[in-house]
Amino acid sequence: MTRPAVRPDAGQASSATFLGLPAVVPPTAPRGVGMLRGDEPFPAAARRALADAQLRHNLGKATGTIRARRAGVVAELDDWDRLRAAGAAIKDDVLAHLDDYLTRLEEQVVARGGVVHWARDAVEANRIVVDLVRATGATEAVKVKSMATQEIGLNEALADAGIAAWETDLAELIVQLGHDRPSHIVVPAIHRNRAEIRDIFAREMGAAGGVPAPDGLTDEPRALAEAARAHLRQRFLSAKVAISGANFAVAETGTLCVVESEGNGRMCLTLPDTLITVMGLEKIVPTWRDLEVFLQLLPRSATGERMNPYTSMWTGVAPGDGPRAFHLVLLDNGRTATLADPAGRAALRCIRCAACLNVCPVYERTGGHAYGSVYPGPIGAVLSPQLAGVTDNPSLPYASTLCGACLDACPVAIDIPSMLVHLRARVVDAGRGTGRPPSAERAVMAAAAWTMAKPGRWARALRAARLGRLLGRRRGAIGRLPPPLASWTTSRDLPVPPAESFRDRWSRRQAGDGLGSLREGQR
Amino acid sequence: MSQATPRPAGDARAEILARVRSALADRPSPAPVGRDYRTAGAGSPSLAADAPRQASLDLLSRRLVDYHALVRRVRLDTATGDGAVTSGAGADGADWVDAGKAGGGNAIAAAVAAALADRGVRRLVRPPGLPPGWLAGAAGVEAVDDEPALTAGELDAADGVLTGCALAIAETGTIILDGGPGQGRRALSLVPDYHLVVVRADQVVAGVPDAIARLVTTGAAARPQTWVSGPSATSDIELNRVEGVHGPRTLEVILVS
Amino acid sequence: MRIGLFVTCLVDGMFPDVGDATVAVLERLGHEVDVPLAQTCCGQMHVNTGYAREALPLVRRHVAAFAGYEAVVAPSGSCAGLVRHHYPALAEATGDAALAAAAADLAARTYELSEFLVGVLGVTDVGAHYPHRVTYHPTCHSLRLLRVGDAPTRLLRAVAGLELVELPAAEACCGFGGTFALKNADTSTAMLADKMRDVLSTGAEVVTAGDSSCLMHIGGGLSRLRAGVRPVHLAEILASTAPAAGPPVAATAVSAAARAVR
Repeated sequence: MTRPAVRPDAGQASSATFLGLPAVVPPTAPRGVGMLRGDEPFPAAARRALADAQLRHNLGKATGTIRARRAGVVAELDDWDRLRAAGAAIKDDVLAHLDDYLTRLEEQVVARGGVVHWARDAVEANRIVVDLVRATGATEAVKVKSMATQEIGLNEALADAGIAAWETDLAELIVQLGHDRPSHIVVPAIHRNRAEIRDIFAREMGAAGGVPAPDGLTDEPRALAEAARAHLRQRFLSAKVAISGANFAVAETGTLCVVESEGNGRMCLTLPDTLITVMGLEKIVPTWRDLEVFLQLLPRSATGERMNPYTSMWTGVAPGDGPRAFHLVLLDNGRTATLADPAGRAALRCIRCAACLNVCPVYERTGGHAYGSVYPGPIGAVLSPQLAGVTDNPSLPYASTLCGACLDACPVAIDIPSMLVHLRARVVDAGRGTGRPPSAERAVMAAAAWTMAKPGRWARALRAARLGRLLGRRRGAIGRLPPPLASWTTSRDLPVPPAESFRDRWSRRQAGDGLGSLREGQR
Repeated sequence: MSQATPRPAGDARAEILARVRSALADRPSPAPVGRDYRTAGAGSPSLAADAPRQASLDLLSRRLVDYHALVRRVRLDTATGDGAVTSGAGADGADWVDAGKAGGGNAIAAAVAAALADRGVRRLVRPPGLPPGWLAGAAGVEAVDDEPALTAGELDAADGVLTGCALAIAETGTIILDGGPGQGRRALSLVPDYHLVVVRADQVVAGVPDAIARLVTTGAAARPQTWVSGPSATSDIELNRVEGVHGPRTLEVILVS
Repeated sequence: MRIGLFVTCLVDGMFPDVGDATVAVLERLGHEVDVPLAQTCCGQMHVNTGYAREALPLVRRHVAAFAGYEAVVAPSGSCAGLVRHHYPALAEATGDAALAAAAADLAARTYELSEFLVGVLGVTDVGAHYPHRVTYHPTCHSLRLLRVGDAPTRLLRAVAGLELVELPAAEACCGFGGTFALKNADTSTAMLADKMRDVLSTGAEVVTAGDSSCLMHIGGGLSRLRAGVRPVHLAEILASTAPAAGPPVAATAVSAAARAVR
C-alpha cells in the first residue's frame, strides 16, 4: 500500500469527528504476527490468572517491593514534578515534529557510519532483520531485552529462518527457557518466584544448548544469577551478531542509548561485529540535553534505583570500539495510527518504565499475561488497542477501575485514565451496528440515557425501583439479581432500595408537609 | 493488512513519513519544554550548588557504597602530588588508604597496589593512555596492554582491569567512561570480572544535568559511552536487587581528593 | 452562599439519607441549599463505559440545571470529578461553544462535599457527634482526581466521640470502578476481598467514604460476609449530632422554591 488506509474501525463519520480522529489514518499493526493481541478477552484471561494463588502471591510481593523502592528514590528528587513535566513536554515536541526528527536521526546515524532501515510493520521489520543476520553468515544472534522485538515476534521469525536468538537478559532468559511469555515490561519474569526459576534453570539450561545449571543449584538469587552468567558467558564471547532495542535515540547526534542492569546489554552492544537495533519510531529525543531529564526519570521509575548499573550510548560506528557494522531499524507497526488520535497519541510518550504496572491494582492481581499483549498493565491497555486497533483489543480499555494510580506514577504524565475512557468510546463507536459490545449493554445504556433525559421519567423510574424492596424482604439486603446485574451479586449484596427517593422526599419537604426535620441526630 | 504482499523497501521510508504527516493533520502545538528542574550548575538535591568539593566526594562515596561498590579514598597533597593520607574506614563506609603502609610516595599508586593485592590480581588489563605512575607500586602484577586489541577470550582470562574515567556523578553514584585516555574501548571495562577505577575530584559533578552539560561541551557526547553505577546487578528475581551477573561483579573505586 | 446540591443519581435513588445529611450539614453551617429537580444524572456511567454520545443530553441537562449557583456540592468525589475533569472536554467535542463555556464554568464551581467544607468554607468542625470506631477509605476519584487530600480525615477527627482508625493500604482501589464491577467481576471481587480484609483488620464498627458507590461495593461485600461492619457515608457522620444537643436545626433557610422541573 502506498497511501494511508481509511481506518477500518472509524465507523460513522460523525463519531470519528466527535472523538477527534481524522477521517483518514495510517494502518494499525498487522494481524498474525507479533504479540499485540490476546487470544481471549481480558475478563476470561483474568479469571484464570486470579485462580492461581502462587501467581497472586508472586505478583503481590514483587510489586510491593518495587512500589516502596520507587517511592523512596522519587522522594529524593525535590524537582521530580518539574522533571516529569519536562519529560512530557519533550516527548510531545518529538511527536508533533516526528517527521523532522526521524529524518534528522537518520542523517546523523548514516553520517557516523550506521545504516538506517524503515519498517512499516512487524512483517517488514522481521524480514529486514532476518536478511541482515543472514548476510553475516551467522546462524545465531544474542539479544538484549527489547520490547519492540517482542512486539513484532522477531524471535519466531528468526527461528523460522533457521536463526537461533539467545535472550540474554536474566528475566528474558527465564521466560525463554521456561517456554513462557513475558508478563511485565521491565521484569518479564515477575510472575515467577525464585523456586520456580531454579526449577526452570535446572531443567532447561542444558537442554537449551548452553552451559547447564550446576548440580545442587539453590534458589538463592545470587546463585541463580551466577548460573545465568555461566550459561551465557561463552555465547557472549563468541557471538557475531547482536540484536537490541533502544531506550532513546538522540536526533541531533544519532546517538542510541540502552539502559540496563546486568551487563548483558553491554556484552551485546560491544563484543559482536554486527549490531542490529530495532526501535519504535517514537523513541527519539531531540537533543543530548534531553537525556538529562530521561536518565533521571527512567531508572527511578523502573527499578527504583538512583541510576541503573549500566547505560550504554553509541553513535554510529566507532573505529576500534565495538561493532564494525551498525543497523538501525525504525519501526512503525501501528505507531503512526496511534499518533493520528489526538486524544490517544500521548501513549507514545511512554518510556517503558512499567511504573504504572507496579502500582496498578488490576495488574497486581491478574499479572501481565491476561492482557494478551507484550505491553500489559495500564499502559498496555491504552497502547495495545491503539497499535493493533481497538476492534482487535476491545476488552483492554475496560481492564481498569480508572483509579488513577497509573497517572500519578507515570514519569511522563500520560493521563491513562482519561485515555482509557476515550478508547472505550472508540470501542463502542466502532461497534455501533455490529453487535459489539453486546447489544444488551447497548440497550441498557440507551434505556438509562432515555430515562435520565427527563426528570419526570427519572422520578417515575425511581418509584418503580421500589419494587426491588421485595427482593430483599427477608435479609434486608438483596443477595441475588438477574442478569446483567447477576455478576454483582455473586460476591456482594445490594442494599434494598429506599421507600422513597431523595427527590420525592425533597419535594414533600418543599411542599411543607412537615418533613422539616432532616432526621438530625438519628445516627 | 497486506503482510503477504512484498513491497519495495524503498517505499517504506516515504510511506512512513507520509503516515506521520497525515497523522499530524491537526497540527498539534505542544507547550514549550520547561527547564525549571535543576539544570547544570544548580547542584543536586543532596548537594548545594556551592558545596565544597569534599562534600561531592563524600556523597559520591556514599552512593557507591550504597550500591555495593568498594571504595578507597586517598587525599593528595595538592603541592607535590604525594599522599597526605588518613588510614582506617571513613564514616561513609569507604576505606581511607594509608600510603605509608603501601610503601609508596604516590598515594594513587599506593591505593591501586593495595586494591590489586587485596583482590589477588596477577594479570591486569591496561588501557592505552593510563597514567604510568598508577601502577608504580603494583609489584607482581602483570600489565596486559590492549595493543594489539585483546580478544574477548584474553580479556576474560585477565583478573581485572584498571581504568580512569571521564566523569562521575555524585548524586547517583555514577562513573562515566567515554573511551578517553586511560579508559580504553568499552569491552575492557566489561569482560574482566574486576573493574578498578580511579576518579579524581575534578571529575566529580553534582547531578545528571551537570554530567550531560560537560559531555556536550567537551565534545564527548558522540563517543561511545558507558555509565556505570555499581557492579553488575539484576532486579529480575522477585524484584530484589542482586549484584553480580554478566558485567564485572566487583567494582572498586579509588576516589582521589 | 447559595449552594446547589448535586445529589447524584445513586444517592437520589438508593441512598436518600446521604442527600438529607448533606443538606443538613450545609444548612447547619448557615448556608442556603437548593436542589434543582431538573437534575437527573451527570452521565458518568455512560461516559466511563464508552457511551459518551448517549451521555451528551445528560451533560447538557446537568449544565443547565446548575446554572446560577455560586457553588455546586456533591456527596461524591466521582461525580464531582466527572464534572470537573471531563465536562469541559466532552462539551467542547460537541462543537457547541455556548455549551463548552457553560461546562467549563460549571466545572470551576463544582465541589465534592469534604473539599467544599474544608477548602472553600474553611470549616473542619461541623458540630457533629458520632460515638463510634470508624475507618476511612479514600475513594480513588476524591483522592487522585479531585485531590481532596486530608480534608475528609480532618473533618472526621473533629467529630465528637469518633475514634478514627487508620485503614491499612487505604489508597488502594476497592475494585468498584463503575461497570468494571460487572464487566470484570472476578478482578473486582479480588480487589474487594483485599479491601475488606484491611477494613476488618481495623476492628472498626463503621467504614466511611465520600462516595456512596464505593461504599455500596465495600458494604455489599461486608454484608455478604455478615461481617457486621456498617458502611456509612461521610455526610451522614458529619450530619449526626448528640441526641441532647438541643433542638435540631430545622429547614429554616430553605430556598423559596426548588427550580421548576423542566
